[in-house]
Amino acid sequence: MAALSMWDRWRDSDVWHSFKRSPTAIVAALIAAVCLFCSLFAPWVAPHNPFDLATLNLMDSRLPPAWLEGGNPSYLLGTDDQGRDILSALFYGARISLLVGLASVLLSLVVGVALGLLAGFVGGAVDAFIMRVCDVMLSFPSILVALLIDGIGRALFPNAHDTLAFGVLIFAIALTGWVQYARTVRGSTLVERQKEYVQAARVIGVTPLRIMARHVLPNVMGPVLVLATIQVAAAILTEATLSFLGVGVPPTSPSLGTLIRIGNDTLFSGDWWITIFPGVMLVLIALSVNLLGDWLRDALNPKLQ
Amino acid sequence: MSAPATTTTPLLEVKDLVVEFPTRRGTLRALDQVSFSIAPGEILGVVGESGAGKSLTGAAIIGLLEPPGRIAGGEIRLRGERIDTLPPEAMRRIRGKRIGAIFQDPLTSLNPLFTVGQQLAETIRAHLPLSEQQARERAIQLLADTGIPAPEARFGQYPHQFSGGMRQRVVIALALAAEPELIVADEPTTALDVSIQAQIIALLKRLAREHGTAVMLVTHDMGVIAETCDRVAVLYAGRVAEIGPVAEVIHRPAHPYTRGLMGSIPAMDGERERLAQIEGAMPRLNAIPPGCAYHPRCPHVEPRCRAERPELMDAGATHAACWRVAAVAPAREGTA
Amino acid sequence: MFAFVVRRLLQAVIVMLTVAFLAFMLFQYVGDPVAQMLGQDATQEQREALKRDLGLDQPFPVQFARFVGNAVQGEFGLSLRQGRQVSTLIAERFPATLELSLAAAVIALVAGIPLGVYAALRRGRFGAQAVMTLSLLGVSLPTFLIGILLILVFSVQLQWLPSFGRGDTVALFGGSWTTGLLTLDGWSHLVLPAITLSVFQLALIMRLVRAEMLEVLRTDYIKFARARGLSDRAIHFSHALKNTLVPVITITGLQLGSLIAFAIITETVFQWPGMGFLFIQAVQFADIPVMAAYLCLIALVFVIVNLVVDLLYFVVDPRLRVEKPAGGH
Repeated sequence: MAALSMWDRWRDSDVWHSFKRSPTAIVAALIAAVCLFCSLFAPWVAPHNPFDLATLNLMDSRLPPAWLEGGNPSYLLGTDDQGRDILSALFYGARISLLVGLASVLLSLVVGVALGLLAGFVGGAVDAFIMRVCDVMLSFPSILVALLIDGIGRALFPNAHDTLAFGVLIFAIALTGWVQYARTVRGSTLVERQKEYVQAARVIGVTPLRIMARHVLPNVMGPVLVLATIQVAAAILTEATLSFLGVGVPPTSPSLGTLIRIGNDTLFSGDWWITIFPGVMLVLIALSVNLLGDWLRDALNPKLQ
Repeated sequence: MSAPATTTTPLLEVKDLVVEFPTRRGTLRALDQVSFSIAPGEILGVVGESGAGKSLTGAAIIGLLEPPGRIAGGEIRLRGERIDTLPPEAMRRIRGKRIGAIFQDPLTSLNPLFTVGQQLAETIRAHLPLSEQQARERAIQLLADTGIPAPEARFGQYPHQFSGGMRQRVVIALALAAEPELIVADEPTTALDVSIQAQIIALLKRLAREHGTAVMLVTHDMGVIAETCDRVAVLYAGRVAEIGPVAEVIHRPAHPYTRGLMGSIPAMDGERERLAQIEGAMPRLNAIPPGCAYHPRCPHVEPRCRAERPELMDAGATHAACWRVAAVAPAREGTA
Repeated sequence: MFAFVVRRLLQAVIVMLTVAFLAFMLFQYVGDPVAQMLGQDATQEQREALKRDLGLDQPFPVQFARFVGNAVQGEFGLSLRQGRQVSTLIAERFPATLELSLAAAVIALVAGIPLGVYAALRRGRFGAQAVMTLSLLGVSLPTFLIGILLILVFSVQLQWLPSFGRGDTVALFGGSWTTGLLTLDGWSHLVLPAITLSVFQLALIMRLVRAEMLEVLRTDYIKFARARGLSDRAIHFSHALKNTLVPVITITGLQLGSLIAFAIITETVFQWPGMGFLFIQAVQFADIPVMAAYLCLIALVFVIVNLVVDLLYFVVDPRLRVEKPAGGH
């Protein structure tokens, strides 16, 4: 009997079955995919480019959504005070939000997993030190850490280049997330380290790096994946919050948070669409990612099988 | 045909019990037409390997099968009345009051945040109309009965302040608190030190005799069975392989599996022989062979064994689910 | 236990010193206080003079010691943005933040715990699923958006509740504490911000309580309690609830600290005159003294809360209190 291909094994796996049976997971995945698509391919999918100053028409500013009185069908969701199309701004803004979110999660994942492996495998003083740092960091709320780093960055580099500003932002958000990975991975590493096959490998002379990569890592990927999914949502929200507060992405590359802030100024005069639609988009992305993370955690949890 | 009851009405009668687990890949039968009975005051042992279905039998009897497991067939009768079809509230009243239970790990069986006394008194008052003071006295008396020294002081202590053996005594006290007629004891000594196991088993036996309580003792330890039980049922792959009086099953087993089990127990006395081992392993629930579940490993297998599943048959001193018994039994009668 | 307390106090002091060190580094190397105070056209002698005055020419450890000494007395110098004493600014704003945070904590607990218990006991039923989905929504909605939405609905559209500020406040204890809790106007101003701040915590607590309770319901001692014939009510609300709340209470205590931090966002949206709002303005302006002072204060609050929570563990979990088991079999 031929061995099952990886595709067959995936199709037969518990995870896929659980996915097929869970309507929320499917819907969430669809929404996330659509958002991802729209934001990745924003320049081609969006009807306008809201950040190309040449195409803006001030006469078209503050138009309500197309289905309301005074709306214009070419600006489906209305325009803001500068004449920018809200729908397009949504796509471009989501792009920035997702970029920052994913980049920071990637960074914190790499750093956290590496440190966790190190702490678990080497043990001793290194382990104790890393764990102490984790404890201290955990007791500080993420928003505060991000704000501080950002504030310090601002003070240190008052006329920063845009890329640098992005870098500081991504670094700030990443700093809030790495601790969870480190702890989880460290815990798993400690468990695996005791197991006989690891000790046998060490006796044979396999380098610790190889042991960690080949044996510990696969066992740890499940919880790490769940963590990463949830953290993506958290990172996107953190970035949106920072941008809303005015200390996030630079104003030349507005994210969804920036858009909400811009809209907030005109909220009281009744132009609700400038704030609400970016808000809805933000929540859709965060919610769908969170739903996926929730479902993933249940699907990968052996206790619930 | 179910195992024969003793001449009085059995206290507990299990007839053709079927327990199933619906899973994504099909329904698994964990217990397949299990039948036995327990007389009032009798101690029945239920023995078998891990996965044979011993604990499930106990859980089904007290109505605490973990979902998705469910009773899919058969009956369970307590003094003649069916209890497997009772509504949850009625079953709850039976639990503790008429059927008590003891589980394996005394450390995790007691709530760490409540004192032993609180848990005892609460159980007593849940079933008996006693005042707080009366319940407390009764609880202290129970603690003393189970051999715990200084029971008044111990009443106000927390579970973690007791050693393993003492905790299991508390668990036994809790199980006996409402004077049940039957106790289901699921591996009560497996988690204890060997030196304490004997004491706890002796305690259980003594209390059962004193109170006239029947016991269904589930274990994988034949030594415990030999010391404690009146009768024993041997489970294999969710079915009863053999059932009968303890001495007979141990010394004159009729079923090949039972024989294999007995032969694999090392004897302290006697010559040093090679430990007999049964070839193969007990089948998994999703791969139970047709006919007799034991036939792939049986040294006396015949074509009929592969095709038809044997019921429990009279083998003289015991009852065994084996086709050879029918042929062999009459001869054995003579030599018994 | 005494040893435990001493050890934790020592740890607390170390944490505070570390934070003070970080704050000190902020002061020294981020931004130039001399230039900020004197402006760009100061002469070299003026700079040197000011440096001596401020003690900036002293060796590093001396400066650090002075900084710590000052910090312990609450002395952080002048705000770069407002020119007033940082300690005064913070003292003025502290009551507002504290009241807001406490109100939000109360809401989160009073609503979150029962909902979590409900979601655990009625698991799988429609009501519980709906509650869990709502909690997921609560975690997916950023705090500032909740605030904006509430303002939109209750202030702009319905005009029921005000949308900024604290309303009428009453000064207590000779003016050192202002409270909005003694006036109806104060309460009406508190409602929307408190709800906004509480949503995230509420969702977290609800999910935590549910998860813990489900874990507890799977334990052997609950199974044994069922086998003893105890009623569902006794099992759920006497045994299971108690075991669930022990870890929940301690985790919630730690959440109080993050509430104070999240208040930053809420205060910004509602222009609530608290420390958080002050901090945001400091970050935007790079007002280092205020940032440093806020950092130290928050660290102090965290350390105290952590300590209290650890002590709470002792009170609540008998396993930590008493000695090891007595002998006998």
